[in-house]
Amino acid sequence: MNDDVAIHARGLTKIFGALAAVDGLDLTVRRREVYGFLGPNGSGKSTTIRMLCGLLRPTRGEIDVLGCSIPRDAEALKRRIGYMTQRFSLYEDLTVGENLSFLAAVHELPRSVARQRIDELLERYQLADRRNQLAGTMSGGQRQRLALAGTVVHKPDLLFLDEPTSAVDPQSRRDFWDSLFELADQGSTLLVSTHYMDEAERCTRLAILDRGRIVADGTPGELLSGLPGQTLLVETAEPRGAQRALQDLPGVMALAQIGASLRVLGRDGADLEARVAERLRSAGVAAEVRPTAPNLEDVFVAATAGRAKEAA
Amino acid sequence: MNLLRLGSIIVKELRQLRRDRLTFAMIIGIPTMQLVLFGYAINMDVRHLDAAVLDQANTARSREVIAQMATTEVMNFERRVATPQELDALLRSGEISAALILPPDFEARMERRDRPAAQIVVDGSEQVIQAAARQLAAFPIYDDTGWTRQVAGVEVVNFYNPERRAAVNTVPGLVGVILTMTMVLFTAIALVRERERGNLEMLIATPVSPWELTLGKVLPFVAIGLVQVTVVLALGELLFDVPLRGSLGELYLAALVFIVASLALGVFLSTLARSQFQAMQMAFFTFLPQILLSGFMFPFAGMPVAAQYAAEILPLTHFLRLVRGIMLRGAGLAELWPSLASLGVFIVVMLGVAVSRVHKRLD
Repeated sequence: MNDDVAIHARGLTKIFGALAAVDGLDLTVRRREVYGFLGPNGSGKSTTIRMLCGLLRPTRGEIDVLGCSIPRDAEALKRRIGYMTQRFSLYEDLTVGENLSFLAAVHELPRSVARQRIDELLERYQLADRRNQLAGTMSGGQRQRLALAGTVVHKPDLLFLDEPTSAVDPQSRRDFWDSLFELADQGSTLLVSTHYMDEAERCTRLAILDRGRIVADGTPGELLSGLPGQTLLVETAEPRGAQRALQDLPGVMALAQIGASLRVLGRDGADLEARVAERLRSAGVAAEVRPTAPNLEDVFVAATAGRAKEAA
Repeated sequence: MNLLRLGSIIVKELRQLRRDRLTFAMIIGIPTMQLVLFGYAINMDVRHLDAAVLDQANTARSREVIAQMATTEVMNFERRVATPQELDALLRSGEISAALILPPDFEARMERRDRPAAQIVVDGSEQVIQAAARQLAAFPIYDDTGWTRQVAGVEVVNFYNPERRAAVNTVPGLVGVILTMTMVLFTAIALVRERERGNLEMLIATPVSPWELTLGKVLPFVAIGLVQVTVVLALGELLFDVPLRGSLGELYLAALVFIVASLALGVFLSTLARSQFQAMQMAFFTFLPQILLSGFMFPFAGMPVAAQYAAEILPLTHFLRLVRGIMLRGAGLAELWPSLASLGVFIVVMLGVAVSRVHKRLD
C-alpha cells in the first residue's frame, strides 16, 4: 500500500435485494485531496461512503482506508475518520456546546484539551455566540457549521462528507467549501459527495457516479478536455421551438434551455455545427449557432447518457 | 469499556431527559397517579351494598339481628319488603345487590339450631359481592345465653392483613407494576430514538462500543427507577399506612434487581423495533401478560397450570413474591432467594441476547 494513498477500493459492490446500489466500483483517493463524488440521487454515493467508513458490509470487493482493511479493521479506523451524515445527526435537544463536548469525550479527548479545542472550533465556525443555543433551533447554515465542527473535533486524517450542503443557501455553501479547503491545507483528506456542479468543479479530483458505477473520473480539467463531443450554444428568440426542432437530430445527446438560449451537447463530428444550423433553418427558427466551452454538466450528461443508451 | 465515554453518554442522556418535560413528568406522574387510582378507586373492600330486608318473623329478636347486621355497614338495608316476589324483582332490576331474609319460623330455628336461622341472597353476577356475602355469613348471631353461634362451621383467620384493606395488598404489587410500565417503555424508546432521529449513524462512525452506548443509556434509568420506588413507598405509607415488616435495604436491593431485569427487557425490545412507535407497542405487548399473569390482578394459585408456567418466565411474577414477602410477611432475601435467582437468570439471558444484536453497522 502506497503511503500516499488514503482510500483504495477494488470491485466494491453492494447489493440490496435485487438492486445493485454499488456495482463493481474501483476508487483511489490520494492524501490531501478534496475528492468529489458527483451523481444524481440513487447513484450509490451514500452507500459507497458508508461502506468506506465501515458502516455497511460490502457484498463483494476490497477496501483499504488509511492502511486499515475494511470491514475487518473498521473499529481502528473510526478513531481516525470523521463522517458528516447527509441528515443533521447531532442532538437537537442539546446545545451547541453540549454537542461538541459530548463528541470530544466520545473521541477520548482529555477534559482540558477538549475545552481548548471546543473554544477553537466555536471561534473558527462562528458559533461562539451560540454556545448555549439548542442545536434544533438553529438555521440550516448554522447546523451545518456545527456538524462540521463536530466531525473534526478529534482532528481526523480523513473526512467523509455526504451531501453536506444540500440544506443551505449559496453564500453558506461558498463559506463551507472555503472551510473544506482549509482542512485539506492542514493535511486532511476529504471525500465529498454532491449533486451541485459548481461544487464538483472546485474538487481537486472527482468521480461521476451513475447507477452504482464510476462513469468518469479525473481532475475537473481532465474531464473537460476529455469530453467526447462538443457543445454548441444556440441563441434564438424561440428556444422552445429550437429544442423541438433539434430533439431527434442524429448526434445530439442532450439539449438544455438556459435563459433565452439553448445548449446543445453533441457527439464528435466536424459537421455538427452545420447540421444544427441547417435543421433550424428548415424548421423556420431564426437562430445563431456557435461553439462554446464545455462545462462539468456537459461531462456529466455525456457520461451518464452513454450508459442510458446501453441500458435501453 | 472507556469510562470517559460511558460518562459522556450518561451526562448527555440526563441533559436530554431534563429537557424532555413529558418524560420527566411521567417519571413522577405515573407512580403517583397509579397509586391514587389503585389505592382509592379500585377497592375490593365492599361497603354499603344496596340491600333489602324481608323480615317474615317480625319478632324482637329478628329486629335485633337486622340492627346488628346493619352496624357492619356492609349492607344498607334501605328497603323493607313484604314478599319474596318483591325481593326477586328488586334483585333482577339491579336496584339491590343483596338481601337478608328472616323466615317466619326464625324463632323456632334459633331454638333448634338444626337449620340456618337466616338467609342472605346475593347477586352472583358480581364476584366481589359474593366475597362480601361470605364475610357477612360469618357474622355471629347472639343467642339468649350471650354466647355466639357461628353459622359457618370453619373459622377463617386472616394473617398479615387482618383488616382486609385492599391497599395493603395492592401497594407492594404496584411498585412492580409501575416499574414494569416505565422502565421497559423508557429504555426501549430511548434506544430506538437514536436510530429514528439519525443520531445512530453518526454515533456508530465513532469509537463508541455497543456496551458503552447501551449501558450509558440505561444507567440513568436505574436511578430513576429507584426514585419511583421511593415515591410509591412513601405515598403508600403516607396515604394508606402500608406496613414495611421486612428490611428496607433488602427491599431496595430486590427493587434494584427487578429494575435491571425490566431495563434488560427494554433493551431487547429496542433491538427489535424500527421506530419509537413500534417500541411502544412492543412494550405494551409485554406489559399485559405481566399484569394479568403475575398475580397482581388475579391470584396466582387460581390460574391453570400452563398459565402458571408462563408466569414463571415473567420478571414481575418473581418481584411480586419478593416485595410481598418483604413488605407484608417480613421475610428476608435469604428465604426468598429462588425469586431473586430467577430474576438474575432473566437479566443474563435478556442482556446477552440484546447486546449480541446491537452491532455497529447499518445493515
